[in-house]
Amino acid sequence: MIELRNLTVCYRKHPAIHHISGCFAAGSHTAIVGPNGAGKTTLLKAMVGLLPATGDIEIHGEAGYLPQLTELDRQFPLTVAELALAGNWRTAGNWARIQPQAREQAHEALERVGLEDFATRSLATLSGGQLQRARFARLIVQNAPVVLLDEPFNSVDSRTLDILLAVLDEWHGAGKTLVTVVHDLALARSRFPSALLLAREVIAWGACSEVLCSENLARAQAAIHGHDEDEWCERP
Amino acid sequence: MTLNELLLSPLTDFAFMRRALAGCVALSAGCAPIGVLLVLRRMSLMGDALSHAVLPGAAVGFILGGFALPWLAGGGVVAGLLVALLAGLASRFTDLSEDANFAGFYLVALALGVLLVSKWGSNVDLIHLLFGSVLAVDDISLQLVAAISSLTLVWLALNYRGLVLECVDPGYLQAGGKRGTRYHLGFVALTVLNLVAGFQAMGTLMAVGLMMLPAAASRLWADTLPGMILSAWITGLVASLVGLMLSYHLSLPSGPAIVLSAGLVYLLSLIIAPHGWHGRWRARRHKEN
Repeated sequence: MIELRNLTVCYRKHPAIHHISGCFAAGSHTAIVGPNGAGKTTLLKAMVGLLPATGDIEIHGEAGYLPQLTELDRQFPLTVAELALAGNWRTAGNWARIQPQAREQAHEALERVGLEDFATRSLATLSGGQLQRARFARLIVQNAPVVLLDEPFNSVDSRTLDILLAVLDEWHGAGKTLVTVVHDLALARSRFPSALLLAREVIAWGACSEVLCSENLARAQAAIHGHDEDEWCERP
Repeated sequence: MTLNELLLSPLTDFAFMRRALAGCVALSAGCAPIGVLLVLRRMSLMGDALSHAVLPGAAVGFILGGFALPWLAGGGVVAGLLVALLAGLASRFTDLSEDANFAGFYLVALALGVLLVSKWGSNVDLIHLLFGSVLAVDDISLQLVAAISSLTLVWLALNYRGLVLECVDPGYLQAGGKRGTRYHLGFVALTVLNLVAGFQAMGTLMAVGLMMLPAAASRLWADTLPGMILSAWITGLVASLVGLMLSYHLSLPSGPAIVLSAGLVYLLSLIIAPHGWHGRWRARRHKEN
């Protein structure tokens, strides 16, 4: 479960998101949607402690985090198996010996995302979709009860999309709390039970079918386009 | 000239040559992994900036204690860390990027260092600080270089996994904790220490050469991080030996001779290494056929 209370994040004194309060229930599967500049990535980064924020964030359990693909240095000389094994980082840390079970877990995770034949390949030789699958393998190895994914479906082909969605369904079935930034509204409607519509503030939050109605989407667009960066809201 | 006269006699006959080679071996051991990580983190020019940044500290140390090692090394470490800290703070609290701030602060530091030595020393002193003399390395300097190299290797061994993760995917590492900063600061501090170790032998201007040139060449030869570090270390050793022998037989200044030897390996690597021009050319031909 993730609880947010009056969460506000500012860039250079301008609010990127403000006064976000609410709860991602344990075992929920939520899509965060909103126009460009709505603060979706900012919200995720604040939740995992990458951005300074005011207000309270409470995450019950370890959080696995998938940053945007562009944040990964794919030129670094690392193999696919080593990247998957990095999911063991919080258990092994810097000094503990990598157990054979952990290597087995990494191998199984690569099999799950269809990359078992790519284990010894370097990251630089992978396509964007293959790289995204390798990063999902790392999250499978990490096996955290809360998973936050920032635009995991950007620039992936249909086969990769099917694999990634199947992994999400498995995690949802296993009771993990999933929060995913999604741009494709049709995908959000068809595969996510819950949604949070964001436009620097919460426009709507609840069942996906109710949140993603045309009225709310229009309100989100209007809130972004009508936003004056020099204005600060009056809410406490 | 026999092989013995070419390579062994200078080492067996002269203690300063043995000490110089030992210094270069130790220096390469520390500088190789630091240089490789600087290249992989796209911070190559930061290494150059930091090598210049130690000069005002070394200059103050020189004014206070002459060429006594504790004063020079201590001043260099303080100045290098101060420039790294100020550049980091300036990029955090202003709109200017970190590389621009490093450029700004190192230029100020370099000018300040040259001014201090020129005012209170002589041109000979300035040349010594800028270019060093590996052939004049004494036992205390050798111990300092060995200690810094040992510290570097131990710290990297203890923090290897986290450091790699911080390079590849910093957001993933830092999610849930803020340990990424620890790795970055530790790495910058080690970079400064190795540059200070280097300037004892090579001078502030040449110290970065033995760090960056073998590292840049290694990227063209190896596909893995351990392979790159090993390749950079071997390149550093070969360049040191060749440079020292050139210096001895041709009466050349030792620091530039070593750095130029490393530069020759780098230039050859650009052409013949698997990831250099020839490797790409072969891959393109393979695709066309």
